[in-house]
Amino acid sequence: MKKKILMRGNEAVGEAALLAGCKAYFGYPITPQNEIPEYLSTRLPERGGVFLQAESEIGAINMVMGAAAAGVRTMTTTSSPGMTLKQESISYLAGNELPCVIVNMVRGGPGLGNISGAQSDYFQATRSGHGDFRSIVLAPENVQELADHTIKAFELSDKYRMIAIVLGDGYLAQMSEPLVLPDPVKSAPERSYALTGAKGREQRIIASLRLIPETSLDAHNHDLQKKYAEVKKNEVLFDTYKTDDADYVLVAYGLSARIAKQAVRNLRNSGIKAGLFRPITLWPFPSDQLEALSKKTKKMLAVEMSMGQMVEDVKLSVKGNVEVDFYGRTGGMLPEIDKIVERVKSYE
Amino acid sequence: MRKEIRFAGFGGQGVVIAGKILSIAAMMEGKSVSHIPSYGAEMRGGTANCSVVVSDDDIASPIVVDLDICIALSLPAMLKFEPKIKKGGLLIYNSSLISDKPKRDDIETVAINANEISAKHGSTIGVNMAVLGLLVKKVPEIAKLDSLTKALDEAISERGKKHNPVNIAIMKDAYNLIP
Repeated sequence: MKKKILMRGNEAVGEAALLAGCKAYFGYPITPQNEIPEYLSTRLPERGGVFLQAESEIGAINMVMGAAAAGVRTMTTTSSPGMTLKQESISYLAGNELPCVIVNMVRGGPGLGNISGAQSDYFQATRSGHGDFRSIVLAPENVQELADHTIKAFELSDKYRMIAIVLGDGYLAQMSEPLVLPDPVKSAPERSYALTGAKGREQRIIASLRLIPETSLDAHNHDLQKKYAEVKKNEVLFDTYKTDDADYVLVAYGLSARIAKQAVRNLRNSGIKAGLFRPITLWPFPSDQLEALSKKTKKMLAVEMSMGQMVEDVKLSVKGNVEVDFYGRTGGMLPEIDKIVERVKSYE
Repeated sequence: MRKEIRFAGFGGQGVVIAGKILSIAAMMEGKSVSHIPSYGAEMRGGTANCSVVVSDDDIASPIVVDLDICIALSLPAMLKFEPKIKKGGLLIYNSSLISDKPKRDDIETVAINANEISAKHGSTIGVNMAVLGLLVKKVPEIAKLDSLTKALDEAISERGKKHNPVNIAIMKDAYNLIP
């Protein structure tokens, strides 16, 4: 077995990017994710990659677009207000079908908010930018998953030529936990779209401007939707804990899911059959699995570090089969185990 | 066994690294650990703290609210966290800098003159090492002294490794303070 090391969440993301074969990093400093660029600023150039601290968040994401067009694995990382600034180019990346990884270590909002952890960017991650497009969104719950999901994000992003977002939070970013480093990714896929110089081959064009509806934009949008349907079919990830006989199911992702898991243990200890459903991909959301569970559950409780965002997807998924309650805290405040336990006990 | 621990003091006393060394030591013994530093507008001389969870089982929630153990290196740290210690819990406080006595009578309190112990070995910054040594003597199920000294190698940067012999001497000295 490989050796466990204690690593900070942000550093685990940086190391995983190296293992995934990331060749170009562009970013702009923002707390609480600064240890990612700090880590990569020395280690990426050592491995022949490019590290560049851009003049702005907008500059960074556009540089990512350039590197993706050139056919290399590329990444940017940021926190909430920075993610907002990147939205225009996120839509362009989607329109251009360019793969890249974006890590958002979510902090409290709106506005500058605070620099503590939060989950209030769920809407922004799962419904970002203008136009009909989707990004894959992975939600790790610990430092091991931060590393694993970063690598997975690169692979999914390349597989579907889509943006893959790793949605962490300020706590996951800053905490240190034991980690077994994943194996390095050996090969990256062939990129038939990459702009590498057209000498000796047909010209390639990457563009998101498709002026003629009939012959270009409409068809493009339908192609994108076909691709998104494939992702929905193939890439849904979720986890369950003691849901088999559960009367009450908590639904939570990321750090909230860990707090909810402890609440499930406490509830079970006092004889209440509680369980936990944890979406791992926030898009595609595990709707079918949650719907199936809703048919044998008395009530669900969504727990989030926000005022209620994922809960909307939970409600859409269960199609009215079961009542969905909500408990959330805002930036820097954490869901309390006792409050969750108390709430579930009130259902009895 | 699950212990929820908070190291607290002011910036520069090494509370965050103390938590990290303890986490690595417990990890080396096969335990689950989680370490969360407080962060914000932190600065040298300002308040600093970190939480550590050490558990024989997997750690669901890594969030520390009520403390099994608090290590307070400064008066503001003790004033802030003493009320958060669970009944029957443990408070280790740095009597070199804290002349007040703890108020609680439903917890165990241990004073350590950590600055003097550190100074005895020629170091002005070994306060964190002293409390670590005492902590693992008081609560050996968290980690053994041996693991703690091994953890230093992983936790301390190359630049700081030359201080490890002194750090280990401070740890051992504090370890032997109590029977």
